[in-house]
Amino acid sequence: MRNVITANRLEDGIVVYLGHTGDWTSDLAAARVVDSRHDLEALEKIAAAAVAACHVVGVYAMDVDLSSGKPMPKSVREKIRAAHRQTFKDLTEIEIR
Amino acid sequence: MYRYDEFDRAFLQDRNREFRAQVTRRLAGELTEDEFKPLRLMNGLYLQLHAYMLRIAVPYGAMTSRQLRQLGYIARRWDKGFGHWTTRQNIQFNWIKLIDVPDILEALAEVDMHAIQTSGNCIRNVTSDPCAGAAADEIEDPRIWAEVLRQWSTNHPEFTYLPRKFKFAVTGALQDRAAIAFHDIGIRIVGGPNATKGFRIFVGGGQGRTPYVAQEMKAFLPQEDLLSYLEAMLRVYNLHGRRDNIYKARIKILVNAIGVGEYRRQVEEEWQRIRAEGADLPAEEIDRIRAHFVAPDLAARPLDAAAFAKARSEDAAFDRWVRRNVVAHKNPDHAIVSIAFKEPGRPPGDATADEMESVADAADRYSRSEVRVTYTQNLVLPHVARADLIDLYEDLKSAGLAGGNTDLITDIIACPGLDYCSLANARSIPIAQAITERFADPERAENIGELRLNISGCINACGHHHAGHIGILGVDKKGTEHYQITLGGSAADDASVGAILGPSFPAEELPAAIENIVDTYLDRRTGGESFLETYARVGANPFKEALYGTR
Repeated sequence: MRNVITANRLEDGIVVYLGHTGDWTSDLAAARVVDSRHDLEALEKIAAAAVAACHVVGVYAMDVDLSSGKPMPKSVREKIRAAHRQTFKDLTEIEIR
Repeated sequence: MYRYDEFDRAFLQDRNREFRAQVTRRLAGELTEDEFKPLRLMNGLYLQLHAYMLRIAVPYGAMTSRQLRQLGYIARRWDKGFGHWTTRQNIQFNWIKLIDVPDILEALAEVDMHAIQTSGNCIRNVTSDPCAGAAADEIEDPRIWAEVLRQWSTNHPEFTYLPRKFKFAVTGALQDRAAIAFHDIGIRIVGGPNATKGFRIFVGGGQGRTPYVAQEMKAFLPQEDLLSYLEAMLRVYNLHGRRDNIYKARIKILVNAIGVGEYRRQVEEEWQRIRAEGADLPAEEIDRIRAHFVAPDLAARPLDAAAFAKARSEDAAFDRWVRRNVVAHKNPDHAIVSIAFKEPGRPPGDATADEMESVADAADRYSRSEVRVTYTQNLVLPHVARADLIDLYEDLKSAGLAGGNTDLITDIIACPGLDYCSLANARSIPIAQAITERFADPERAENIGELRLNISGCINACGHHHAGHIGILGVDKKGTEHYQITLGGSAADDASVGAILGPSFPAEELPAAIENIVDTYLDRRTGGESFLETYARVGANPFKEALYGTR
């Protein structure tokens, strides 16, 4: 099981991921991926501190797939969040026909 | 239109100052998210998948052009240039920054708008007939009573922390265009003895995971008794509503658990006890509010019938627009015009800032600066001279808003779904886009006739799927988006909850399944039967066979 930590940035609500240096990035490709319970707990501690410091809100761990060489969300919900997509002007993203 | 007085404005300014301070404290870490969440929700601010979402109240769906223009300004300045008309006649902005919200609320207050009562377990923004004050079949303007309810319910100390959210709808016409049967309390203005007017009260309707059509509570309630009676209804609910279980907390569960007869008995008992306490408005206060809704003085504007007929005969799209989007006004020289935000391929209900401004301009030019939002996620111009219809159509065409598909299969109601909503299981908007593109041929859509197709991305049913002639519910099936189909729902005078047809479909198979249902209807219909009439006559089996064969 591979995980990254995700949240929404407090001041604007934008989807972010915990990066390699404790930073928060909106780019999933720059997120730190962990594959052990121990490492995940370490990330969760960093995230809890960021919540306390009012940087982010709504923190949780999400599953990712690394088969393409970069972290890809497994669920539709997380794919939508990671794409930061909007429906009105991104009509090219429609996948259903 | 109701105009705010000094009390209304002072209240909003105080409220906005209070919330600005709360946002400042949150950003400074003086409030935790747990502490802040109920405060932001009381001001219409949700945290969704991508960002904060601000839901702004449009009381009983009525706006001035100035207010609509201000919504366009907000869309452009603080969002990504568009908003979304909701099935509660409100508007949502989906990409709002917390740090901007105090300024947005100030911009709203400049035009007497706010985001109060759009969230939380309070009495929510009251909905009504989008044709109010204009409809040819109207008994009385329901906005008078919706405004009475607005003033009564805002910050009502007893009803701010109900067991669950609470929704009112009011209609004053013979035809229900406000879906009152799917509200916690539905109010219908009716004639009474000696030429009086009163209300027929319904209770316990709603959608969500346990859908019910409302039941009659009282056949005739005199107008002067409205608030005391509603207060008794809310009190009994407030006392007995299930606060221990969010899924059983709505009044519909209480009414169906104890029976409408027992609920009525308790309400009548409470009503007799409190009605002498003076909860009802004095007649002069009702008259003061009524005076805000005097019908506009619409000058005689005779239509050049020959030129109008010629325009219709020469332009099939205009002819269709007149047939589908123009309905009778109480003044025969005038008409009520629907503006469809449902062009095939576009997200249902989404409106750009430019479009909002175009409609505001059209309202100024043709409709006494009045605009309405419908629960079907379109806009309405309520007072258009028939002599102006050709010019209005041309203006709307220039703005890309002249689609003539009101109440056709492409006029889909859809919730934001998994593209935005943190509660959703599946996407609604791409499904709606795919279906509308499949039925994009306007002649074909009109040949199919009135067909309400509603889509919800989860069982909370914001997309009113239970009330769709064809309803679509998004479900999560082992991590993939699937869609369950219901048939036979209606939110009109023949209100009913749709029945599930069979197993769900993956997204890519759904548009073909819908087409299959429509083809089955077309094969089976006789004469001018509507989809619902054919469904009522032939039942679900032909549709099941068409979709599932021997599965």
